[in-house]
Amino acid sequence: MVRPLGFLVGLGFILALLCAIFTTPLSNEPNAVHEFHKHPRHLALASDGMFPHWDKAQLQRGMQVYKEVCSACHSLNLVAFRDIAELGYTEGQVKSFAKSYDNIPSINPDTGEPATRTGLPSDHFPAPYANETAARAANNNALPPDLSLITKAREDGKNYVYSLITGFQNPPANLPKELQPATGLHYNPYFANLNLAMAPPLADGQVTFADGSPNDLKSMAKDVTAFLVWTAEPKLVKRVWTGWAVFLYLLIFTILAYLSYRNIWAGKEH
Amino acid sequence: MSFPWAKNYEPQQPLMKWLDAKLPLPRLVYNAIGAGYPVPRNLNYFWNFGVLAGAALAIQIITGIVLAMHYAANAGVAFNSVEHIMRDVNAGWFLRYAHMNGASMFFIVVYLHIFRGLYYGSYKAPREMVWLLGVVIFLLMMATAFMGYVLPWGQMSFWGAQVITGFFSAIPAVGDPIRVWLLGGFAPDNAALNRFFSLHYLLPFVIAGVIILHIWALHIPGSSNPTGIEVKDEQDTVPFHPYYTAKDGFGLGVFLMIFVALTFFSPNLLGHPDNYIPANPLSTPAHIVPEWYFWPFYAILRAFTFNFLWIDAKLWGVIAMFAAIALLFFLPWLDSSPVKSSNYRPLNRIFFWILVVDVFILGYCGKSPAEQPYVILSQLCAAYYFAHFLIILPIISRIERPLPMPNSITEAVLAKNADASSAPATA
Repeated sequence: MVRPLGFLVGLGFILALLCAIFTTPLSNEPNAVHEFHKHPRHLALASDGMFPHWDKAQLQRGMQVYKEVCSACHSLNLVAFRDIAELGYTEGQVKSFAKSYDNIPSINPDTGEPATRTGLPSDHFPAPYANETAARAANNNALPPDLSLITKAREDGKNYVYSLITGFQNPPANLPKELQPATGLHYNPYFANLNLAMAPPLADGQVTFADGSPNDLKSMAKDVTAFLVWTAEPKLVKRVWTGWAVFLYLLIFTILAYLSYRNIWAGKEH
Repeated sequence: MSFPWAKNYEPQQPLMKWLDAKLPLPRLVYNAIGAGYPVPRNLNYFWNFGVLAGAALAIQIITGIVLAMHYAANAGVAFNSVEHIMRDVNAGWFLRYAHMNGASMFFIVVYLHIFRGLYYGSYKAPREMVWLLGVVIFLLMMATAFMGYVLPWGQMSFWGAQVITGFFSAIPAVGDPIRVWLLGGFAPDNAALNRFFSLHYLLPFVIAGVIILHIWALHIPGSSNPTGIEVKDEQDTVPFHPYYTAKDGFGLGVFLMIFVALTFFSPNLLGHPDNYIPANPLSTPAHIVPEWYFWPFYAILRAFTFNFLWIDAKLWGVIAMFAAIALLFFLPWLDSSPVKSSNYRPLNRIFFWILVVDVFILGYCGKSPAEQPYVILSQLCAAYYFAHFLIILPIISRIERPLPMPNSITEAVLAKNADASSAPATA
């Protein structure tokens, strides 16, 4: 009984699929965006690969770029001031860095009215806008995303972020009219639909580094991307090195387990 | 429930004797996975995956319980509570990545376990019940994994929940009320997240319970083996302990090394970047993709694009996707060949390998956007999937002429080893 019924059921599915095959067009709708969209360029960082470390000087520069440029529009909600101790700052430096922010949302202890106060190490980086409505109102109805996780929240994360920051250009001459950037949009071949609400955020020489490091567009883009790799996963370097220790421990365990397996089965044909 | 030559549990110390008289738990363990369980001597490495699946479940339960101590199942804070685990909880990043990749490792070993069962005919009499319970475990795993993926409340969590619960709305007339009832609202929100968390915590223990039944049912006929010939006498078997505990110990080491490499060196390899964006009901991701272990079934779902026989294409897809798993319940009766192992089934072996390739192509199509050539590929491969189980397999199990088989497990082992030792001389 199972087999004849199964046969009929199978036939039903196959007929439904055959009809589907013959009624589905074999060509895709043309999509001009594919032609102009570019894959991100590769960016090599010290935190890459199987033996990573944090380039602390670079992360500090990247944080400076974030603070002086990106933070005008983008929040960094998940990062606390105390976290930046990992970038090589002393406790005192962390405290004074936190204190340099005087716009931490608070409550006036006397009146209960909304107020602001200076930052403490336990505070998170304050957001540039009070809420999404305020952010959209200030940005031509576009919402600047939070950057805490941005290098994990995009395909090919760090390469994408680096390419996007450095990838603004004039639209190519053969770009179809419907793909031309509208008012307030900017052409960027690394962005999914080619037209981005964000204006080119960085230009050569925009930020001056205390250590005199190069401040051309590409160097600053590298530094801020390295910083955003850190904000997305502050435990990245620790994770990989812990992995090595666990892996080597397991390698020894597995060799011993293999030897005891061979020993127990010795003389037993199988 | 075991072979007459199975070793008998004889406690030596007074405490163990006392315990055996009051509550013979050590005896149960001894007979289940100790020296009291005789196992065919010729099992290959494919027989490691049952134990590995059990280990994977244990890892998921342990990491999951600790994660639940820090996670908050509330739509407003769930996403940030996961990031709190990643950033502020001691070794939280490890627990979370281990749990996330542990789900993938669980599915990898279970798929290999199912592959073993299919190739070596482990689903056949007298082990049909073992197979049926295994399919139940597989279904429970899929439900648990789906609900777990919703908990971080990222974009793929939300839209995955939207798509999967949308299956129910394909049911005529009562579909929409059922979906609203399941979600506790018109779209996934706090009510859905809370119940998914509750069920995600419950189901692993249900799985553990069904695993006990699975092992119980297995111990009645005893384990199968690569030849598919049943055990005839004592020399065909070895005691589970120490022989297979040692072999499983080695297998566990290899499994954990792969697990660790994935968790520590590339934890987001099998994930989707969109799930690091907080859930946003107003913004649909460009491509909604389930986790890799659902890809073949997702491809079958999307392959049905035609309203055939007055049934809506969407409903066809949903029925086909559930049927693709449900037909496994009938497999022991669809395949009527008395020969278990495909080593002795030349015809079945060919079609079986086509099925394996077919499922891989389906997986690739399920991952890809709904464009050509993936649509037609998934339609062809879905057709083969159903044809294989419902038409081809019942036919070949009748017309196939099996290869000559050895008389016993021991004979097969000795013949293989004689071949191996004489091979260099003849070469």
